Amino acid sequence: MTTDTTTKTPEAATVPPPGAAPGTTRAARGHRRLLTRRDRITLAFMAGVPTVLHVALVWVTALASILLAFTTWDGIGFDSIQWVGLENFEQLFSDNPQFWPAVQHNVIWFAALILVPTPFGLFLAVQLDKRIRFSRVYQTAFFLPVVISMACIGFVWQLVYNPDTGLINSVVGANEPGHYIDWIGDPHLNLWAVLVAASWRHTGYMMILYLAGLKSVDPSLREASALDGANEWQSFRHVVFPTLRPTNTVVLVVTIIEALRAFDLVFVFNKGAQGTELLSILVTNNIIGESSRIGYGSAIAVVLLVISLAVIIPYLVATFRKERRS
Amino acid sequence: MRLSPSGLSLPGPSRRSLLSGAGGAALLAGAGIPLLSACGGSGSAADPKTVTLGSNASDAVPKKAFAEIYATFRKRSGITVDVNTKDHNTFQEQINSYLQGTPDDVFNWFAGYRMQFFAAKKLATPIDDVWAKIEGNFPEAMKKLSKGEDGKYYFVPLYTYPWALFYRRSVFQQHGYEVPTTWDELVALCKRMKKDGLVPIAFGDKDAWPAMGTFDQINFRLNGYDFHVELMGGKASWTDAKVKSVFDHWSELLPYHQDGAMGRTWQDAAQTLVAKKAGMYLLGSFVGQQFTDKADLDDLDFFAFPEINPAHGQDTVEAPTDGFMVSKAPKNHAGVVKLLEYLGTPEAEAVYLKADSSVVAASSKADTSSYTALQKKAYTMISGAKSLTQFMDRDSRPDFTSTVMQPALQKFIQNPKGVDGLLSSIERQKKTIFASS
Repeated sequence: MTTDTTTKTPEAATVPPPGAAPGTTRAARGHRRLLTRRDRITLAFMAGVPTVLHVALVWVTALASILLAFTTWDGIGFDSIQWVGLENFEQLFSDNPQFWPAVQHNVIWFAALILVPTPFGLFLAVQLDKRIRFSRVYQTAFFLPVVISMACIGFVWQLVYNPDTGLINSVVGANEPGHYIDWIGDPHLNLWAVLVAASWRHTGYMMILYLAGLKSVDPSLREASALDGANEWQSFRHVVFPTLRPTNTVVLVVTIIEALRAFDLVFVFNKGAQGTELLSILVTNNIIGESSRIGYGSAIAVVLLVISLAVIIPYLVATFRKERRS
Repeated sequence: MRLSPSGLSLPGPSRRSLLSGAGGAALLAGAGIPLLSACGGSGSAADPKTVTLGSNASDAVPKKAFAEIYATFRKRSGITVDVNTKDHNTFQEQINSYLQGTPDDVFNWFAGYRMQFFAAKKLATPIDDVWAKIEGNFPEAMKKLSKGEDGKYYFVPLYTYPWALFYRRSVFQQHGYEVPTTWDELVALCKRMKKDGLVPIAFGDKDAWPAMGTFDQINFRLNGYDFHVELMGGKASWTDAKVKSVFDHWSELLPYHQDGAMGRTWQDAAQTLVAKKAGMYLLGSFVGQQFTDKADLDDLDFFAFPEINPAHGQDTVEAPTDGFMVSKAPKNHAGVVKLLEYLGTPEAEAVYLKADSSVVAASSKADTSSYTALQKKAYTMISGAKSLTQFMDRDSRPDFTSTVMQPALQKFIQNPKGVDGLLSSIERQKKTIFASS
């Protein structure tokens, strides 16, 4: 079926529309149209399809989950949806022992990413920007973790952290009874263990962003500061870094998004057990699978949405204001 | 690249038409999403010679074993079983939407609350007609497991397996250990094992469900089967002193469990038993799958969890049972009845067990002559039980066990001292979950 249509369409495409076609005559009588009918159809498709998909997959679903957050529903038949008002949120804030730790962990996730891998990525970018030898090799090496999917990273790192056979415990001799270091299970350790893995990836990401930013810094600025007698640190601190402002904004937004959407790494690592609860994992645990607490899970998703909006809206407002000014 | 009949290649589509084609395809795919759920088994609609079956047996061994059953059934009745196998976990996670869409006629499922849930939601067909024929094949405990809350039959059990304390005979011989029959003996044995440099009880709770098995054992030994049912059904309170006592007993045993359990999978924990580093391991008999060496497997043995409360002795066995259910509107009802009648016979079970020796037949009439020593013991244990439980997550609401109990038990294992706060938190959450629908 599909092969037939593809063999027919090329003909239709290559033969110009005959002048006698009703659409073109009407266009010729009225004002001259810049677009042929085929153009308009194509345009309608190209704009329409993404719009339909976007509305259906983003807006409708987001609104549906906001509505569902005020109901209880086990996912079986639409008539079993019951309106419960704010009950889900009340339970979430007062009874769920995992909710506040999850919020806290999302915040820690953001703080850790912005404090460690981001400056480190900037450091690497500055070093690589000096045209040292093998710069490309280093760039590739540091950027590789970003190319690997989060799920794979989680899988690899949980092998490294495995209490019995993992690399770390084997090297430090902590895989004997009484000496175990439970990197994956111990709630005091596991979040940091995961964050090491997340930082490992985030550093490369930040490095590339800053490297791109540094390439756009006007070399004459550096020259000027060097002529004025500024040393390397001074010229970075007072000349280069201020010009990286747009990059810093992007980095901030990217890191916030990374912290809010953190999910796959942890899910593969230990399914968000005690110590590594995250909002996204709570949503999944409540909605996916047999548990099907769809109303309750949606309430958690709404909390996540509100947090995201609280972060993103000020950013967008600031950006648009800047655009209008310029 | 398509060739025209004459052999010449047709001109390739222009970029624009290709784009609009791709857009159209995307649109079609978008519109097709709700239809995808209809893919499962609606193809062979009213063919009287075919029964469709949704299977979760995605592992090689059970998949082959089931295939053999269906081949034998086809030979005897002329009805083909059209199997639609899905990954085990995926099957479980999609079961709600699967059963609401256009499910296969028959599907693999578990006995107990998880079966009754779908029966109560009218997503399954009662099969009293089938049971009229196969009733004589099953012991009383299995009949109880196959009924919905309305007293009708909804389930045909195929096989079952016990949870118990597994150990290696050679290790017990070497150190002169004896199988404990009371709680005090068990604790004493753990102490001895620890002194002898063994891990008394292997343990891995990364998957979050093994801890439920330990809770179940202590709970029904201490408080009996009826309390287990009440507690799992949401009727008894988690703040009850009886529950507290379960955790007190568990705390006593916890120091003898393997360290670092939260980061360890059950497979890794089983390996410590294989390697003779651990003395015992509380798990289902599927632990045998980890014993790949024949000599090691022959060395594996088990005993029932020791008695704690003399009023209940060892009368309850945790024996999760797998079998079949019929979806809400099977297309070939007559064929389904025939298939289930066959699946309820000892012969069908024998065919299955020939391929998978880690489980035992659910029927009391099954031929036990080909059983391994381990299977024979499991069979005696299950058939001698006064009551059978399924497992915490099969006897209770899955939303409760997965979102409340799994994290709660993991928390207990990390910090056995905070039981009181933990139990009141469980009770609060339980009330809201069991109150909804």
